[in-house]
Amino acid sequence: MVKVFQAADATDLVTELRRSFDDGVTRGYEWRVTQLKKLLLICDNHEPEIVSALHDDLGKPELESSVYEVALLRNSINLAVKQLKDWMAPDKAKTSLTTFPASAEIVYEPLGVVLVISAWNYPFLLSIDPVIGAISAGNAVVLKPSELAPASSSLLAKLLEQYLDSSAVRVVEGAVTETTLLLEQKWDKIFYTGSSRIGRIIMMAAAKHLTPVVLELGGKSPVVIDSDTNLKITAKRIIAGKWGCNNGQACISPDYILTTKEFSPKVIDALKQELEAFYGKNPMESKDMSRIVNSNHFDRLSKMLEEKEVSDKIVYGGQKNRDKLKIAPTILVDVPLDSQIMSEEIFGPLLPIITLNNLEECFDVIRSRPKPLAAYLFTQNQKLKERFALTVSAGGIVVNDIAVHLAVPTLPFGGVGESGMGSYHGKFSFDAFSHKKAVLYKSFIGDAAIRYPPYSTGKLRLLKALVNSNILEIFRVILGLS
Amino acid sequence: MEAVKETVDQSLREMRDTFASGRTRSVKWRKAQLGAIIEMVKDNEEKMSDVLFQDLGKHSTEAFRDELGFVMRSATTALNCLDKWVVPRNSNLPLLFYPATGKVISEPYGTVLVLSSWNFPISLSLDPMIGAIAAGNTVLLKASELSPNASALLAKLIPSYLDTKAIKVIEGGPDIATILLQHQWDKIFFTGSPKIGKIIMAAAAEHLTPVTLELGGKCPTIIDHHSVSKDMKAYYVLVEQSFASTLIDMFKPVIRSFFGENPKESGCLAKIVTKKHFQRLSRLLNDPRVKASIVYGGSMDEEKLYVEPTILLDPPLDSEIVNEEIFGPILPIITLRDIQESIGFIKSKPKPLAIYAFTKDENLKTRILSETSSGSVTFNDLMIQYMCDALPFGGVGQSGMGRYHGKYSFECFSHEKAIMEGSLAMDPEARYPPWNNFKLNFIRLAFREAYFKLVLLMLGLTKGVRK
Repeated sequence: MVKVFQAADATDLVTELRRSFDDGVTRGYEWRVTQLKKLLLICDNHEPEIVSALHDDLGKPELESSVYEVALLRNSINLAVKQLKDWMAPDKAKTSLTTFPASAEIVYEPLGVVLVISAWNYPFLLSIDPVIGAISAGNAVVLKPSELAPASSSLLAKLLEQYLDSSAVRVVEGAVTETTLLLEQKWDKIFYTGSSRIGRIIMMAAAKHLTPVVLELGGKSPVVIDSDTNLKITAKRIIAGKWGCNNGQACISPDYILTTKEFSPKVIDALKQELEAFYGKNPMESKDMSRIVNSNHFDRLSKMLEEKEVSDKIVYGGQKNRDKLKIAPTILVDVPLDSQIMSEEIFGPLLPIITLNNLEECFDVIRSRPKPLAAYLFTQNQKLKERFALTVSAGGIVVNDIAVHLAVPTLPFGGVGESGMGSYHGKFSFDAFSHKKAVLYKSFIGDAAIRYPPYSTGKLRLLKALVNSNILEIFRVILGLS
Repeated sequence: MEAVKETVDQSLREMRDTFASGRTRSVKWRKAQLGAIIEMVKDNEEKMSDVLFQDLGKHSTEAFRDELGFVMRSATTALNCLDKWVVPRNSNLPLLFYPATGKVISEPYGTVLVLSSWNFPISLSLDPMIGAIAAGNTVLLKASELSPNASALLAKLIPSYLDTKAIKVIEGGPDIATILLQHQWDKIFFTGSPKIGKIIMAAAAEHLTPVTLELGGKCPTIIDHHSVSKDMKAYYVLVEQSFASTLIDMFKPVIRSFFGENPKESGCLAKIVTKKHFQRLSRLLNDPRVKASIVYGGSMDEEKLYVEPTILLDPPLDSEIVNEEIFGPILPIITLRDIQESIGFIKSKPKPLAIYAFTKDENLKTRILSETSSGSVTFNDLMIQYMCDALPFGGVGQSGMGRYHGKYSFECFSHEKAIMEGSLAMDPEARYPPWNNFKLNFIRLAFREAYFKLVLLMLGLTKGVRK
């Protein structure tokens, strides 16, 4: 009999974790490294179970699970273990003449008790990667995995309880009810991965307690294809980045293509050719793609395809099988810009191509839409690359590749505008869960009388000189005063 | 109200168009605006001092130290450092990604809103604006209606010195703020109370607008009995019982030396900002248990909005005066058996914006740093961390989120955008479906950066990876 999670449970949970935090359980370097190494053991000892759970929940191919979930996590943990001492050390800060004599530094301290709410599409990666950040920074953490990936959720609960220190790290399984109860509590940080719609609800709940948030949301990530690009490699990378990453159900999935009317037929041909090379003539039978996660999303995607003025724009694919929750890789050309498929994040195996008279128009198209999590450009034109990088606002920009920036720990990964706020990966994860406390050490010498009342013109002049760091003026005033 | 709504709509539209035009992206434009701010303050120092005196009774030296000089220095720093700040930062990519390159660019959010507070109406308005402008945003300022003369002066001066299509001022109180918050902003910067901070953040949530909240909270001052404090600007003081009477005896002559025998007439003591605030303070002080704890001062004059510098010794710990933020010259001294207890005391309260500790005891310093949490900690001084622009200034928990000053102001108003460029030259087959064991092992080895084994794999000299 599964015990129902109630309001009192949420309160007790936070109280308990807060006590552990206040007792200093999570603060020490040793504890943090031990927990991180235990996470590594989970990756080492349980990869087959993880792969199996991901296959149950999403039909995810073994390679994707091994590489994009487990291997990425392993790298993330190893990096944290290696760098933790460095990350935990205070940063020295410069001081100035006005605060002389003093020394200053920035001390990293944990925020306290934090909540990580993860998503269903990469249930292990998006649960454990933020938890790595939370633990490295010395926090106690509660993880709420997505109920839409139930096998993964229950495996996470089992493994984290088995390996990690449950006085400070806990998993709460559940859906809307449990999440709502958790959100009523006061957290020191909330890290959420998911949709913009729920992101608003999370931030609103966080506002009640002045809890800072990181929101990793989504959006429609555009791919601009210039006619001077190597089309074969471009097509391969788009396909691997879209259908090869959870079948388009990823936050940085290439959502739609922008290219010229002239170049578009070549793009379509290249895509068709490579799609067949990757998935064969019968992609519905291919084992190398995840399925659609559930019937809700299947119906959502079906509706997109069936919309009037959209269904007749299919140039490749379009086959569906509701029982198997499969939709074939589908390419469409020039669907109406206000259609469903061009208004909301697709998050599936459909790829619309919008053709332009002139590639320059891509900037207006992208700018007229909410800021996406990623924007992609394939070109050899240096000027175009620079203009794109400078003027297209997105969480991150990738030129001549797809999605790879997610795996680079030295680049901050996060959104802007509708696609989110805050970032993580590498040290950015540590920072996301830390408070950077400014510390100023003043010594007792050099206590200038000018700072104190009664205020006089002389004191004012000296202060002005100090503020302007004007050494000559300082001497003049001092000499003039005495 | 309709007229105001129309003005706000129009202003927003104009600012957005200006931002879209790219004008504010140019470093030249930003520097020109920053230079204009410095000019504006320099040209109008006297007028600004005047309004600060009118609104707050602030003495011109204090006005210079905390507001005018501070703003000029902040703008000068931004002006001098901007070329450095706008340069993209190259990131080192792991060998796995060779020859791809990565960097991070600071990009302006767009059109931002700055809501400032009444206690430092000039610096809390202009300093965030300096950050917003340095980062290349368009910005709308709403100063506090509780400092009406300062607000009016800013509303008059800013349009005559700065680019009106990009930088705007609107005056008003809570109803104007409400209208402003109904719109979508790319960032909101708020200085004020935690209560209003929650309202701001909830309004921002509707549009997924990131916020920086510089809130208040009670800043404790720990005085270890080896050291002494001269400055009255603490919010409450923690000392050992045995030291309390000595400390009070030390304060008295210091207060007298600052403000003379008759502080009301000294001209150096700022008045209480509004009648409402005065009545609140009066109410707090008139609580009989609090009144009983007055050991110095305590006199008030409602007409002149004057409250004498007042020291309380051990007011009841549950009284409002100990738990709510006091904006007035009242200093509660709370005694402890042992100075080490100060840590537990501070921890029992919401995280403050700053902790001040006067001590030479290294152990106590370490304990304060590691066991308490606050926006900042300053040892052996007060308020001065505000002036050190190499340090981030911001709160944590109830005292706020986000930070600014110096380079942090620039970052506060920027989106750090990652840019990665892949190479079309290196294109291993293992990246692409259809999947097989070879590709799986290849990628596993590549991820582990086990390049030698990778070569062996490719040469067919090894079958796979031991997990």
